[in-house]
Amino acid sequence: MELSPPVVRVRNLTKSYGSFEAIRGISFDIEAGETFALLGPNGAGKSTAIEILEGYRDRSSGEVSVLGVDPQRGGLAWKSRLGIVLQSTGESGNVTVTEQLTHFASLYPRPRRVAEVIEAVGLETKAKTRISKLSGGQRRRVDVALGIIGRPELLFLDEPTTGFDPEARHQFWDLVRHLKAEGTTILLTTHYLDEAAQLGDRAGVINDGLLIDIGAIGEIGGADARVPLVRWRDASGGLLEKRTQEPARLVAELVAASGAEPADLEVIRPSLEDIYLGLVRGSRPASGAPDAPTTASDAATPRNDTEVLA
Amino acid sequence: MSQIKTRSSGVQAAVSAPRHRPATGPATVLRVGLSRIGYETRIYFRTTDSVFFTFLFPFIMLAIFTAAFGASGNIGTAPDGSGGISVGAYYLPGMLAAGMLLSGVQNLAVDIAGEKGDGTLKRLGGTPLSPLSYFLGKIGQVLVTGIFQAALLMLVARVLLGIDLPTAPEKWLTFAWVFLLGVITSAFLGIALSSLPRSGKSATAVVIPIVLVLQFISGVYLQFYVLPEWMQNLASVFPLKWMAQGMRGVFLPDSFASLEQTGSWDFPLIALNLAIWLVVGLVLSRVTFRWIRKDT
Repeated sequence: MELSPPVVRVRNLTKSYGSFEAIRGISFDIEAGETFALLGPNGAGKSTAIEILEGYRDRSSGEVSVLGVDPQRGGLAWKSRLGIVLQSTGESGNVTVTEQLTHFASLYPRPRRVAEVIEAVGLETKAKTRISKLSGGQRRRVDVALGIIGRPELLFLDEPTTGFDPEARHQFWDLVRHLKAEGTTILLTTHYLDEAAQLGDRAGVINDGLLIDIGAIGEIGGADARVPLVRWRDASGGLLEKRTQEPARLVAELVAASGAEPADLEVIRPSLEDIYLGLVRGSRPASGAPDAPTTASDAATPRNDTEVLA
Repeated sequence: MSQIKTRSSGVQAAVSAPRHRPATGPATVLRVGLSRIGYETRIYFRTTDSVFFTFLFPFIMLAIFTAAFGASGNIGTAPDGSGGISVGAYYLPGMLAAGMLLSGVQNLAVDIAGEKGDGTLKRLGGTPLSPLSYFLGKIGQVLVTGIFQAALLMLVARVLLGIDLPTAPEKWLTFAWVFLLGVITSAFLGIALSSLPRSGKSATAVVIPIVLVLQFISGVYLQFYVLPEWMQNLASVFPLKWMAQGMRGVFLPDSFASLEQTGSWDFPLIALNLAIWLVVGLVLSRVTFRWIRKDT
């Protein structure tokens, strides 16, 4: 079987703002038709990386190719093959949903039908409403609609479901699955790890400007991180926990040993969120002071990002 | 939420399918630019700020001047108090010139700075929209709203204030070129000026003082011939003075030409000065315009 070239190819990418290194050398590929989740705490470099791929920012060094083109030299024909859903914006929105989508559709060579996209994001009843009159979650759906109106080959989704209620989020997941089924390649960032687990084929975890892990959603973090955890309270009331590949056997042994039901018994299979948190915490400097100033020789470091966990 | 119909499925189809229309090229730039004129004009009239401070402002000023000074008699009267023209008639050309400046410079500088600040431009920068189409939309919006504003001003002047408008065709020909040259120059200067404010919020604070001072020294609010010579010379560096002079040349009786700096309307000088500012605006727009402020 012949391999098609990756849709996104990143090698040794770095990005510095003055003396602050936002990205310190990352490499990854995204294959055609794949949904790749880029995870990491705020300030880790996710958005910087995405904006370099989208052509908004210039890299400091390294190689980047998106749909076979260097984003720094991407022209209009290249942009017509992308769909970009930025983190939420604050546009005045003095146009209706239909007007805005009709206009954006006119920018692309092979747009989707406006009514179809409005239906796909569940805004049929708001089609004639001005965007400024919509709720935050509804405006976010407009952002998503504008991102897919041009029938993109590669879709960037930067925290797309912020402000969605649970039902809207599940509808959005269905929409993304449908886009996947059509063959759309998707780069997703999200703070909802269940979302990444639902939609992603592979994930990369960025922390402190480095890619600390990358792999299939079901394998990231390694086998050890996935060992189930059994937690219970012993007769004296102390909380005990033990990692084991055989949780059922352990529970049976506990029952046999004490002759009673162990109190507060839990068998925990680590979720992507648990694994992610383990990865991010594990990659921190051991000092335990993540927001201590980095060795700043220059007092005027432009961004001294403190990290806030998702 | 998921009923996107698959017209042609898959990346392969997307790559090889015949394009419905090209993503780039002069025809696309023009088609999209023209469609943006309608889109931009619609937004303009839905934005309270632009309707009030740009579109209606000259009307308000004309009403104030007429009400405040109308009772103090005509302007440019003979020594015996006869003749001359009404205050409204004297201020009409100035208000038309102010409208040209506001519709172009103030409107676009504030509008585009705002679009830069609120993420509109960032979103557009991620689409296959050519900056030329974007410019075309903005300039077209200025032209459409400017023409509408001027026509309405003249209608109000004629119907409500009883001001006589020129009848000679050559006067209207002069009006046409001064207006078009002035408005398009204003539009480019507005695009150029939009890169000055550091944020959308500070745009009005940066732009309004500039256009306000220009209006005071260029013969819009104050009669140009009463200003000191140094102020007249300073105003002559900027385009508004020439727009106002051109409009006076169209709407005031030719006897008023003696009140101008050189004693004549100087239409060739008006054309030259506006053309220079047009080129300046064009070059500055081209050089300074960015979809987003790229970091270094």
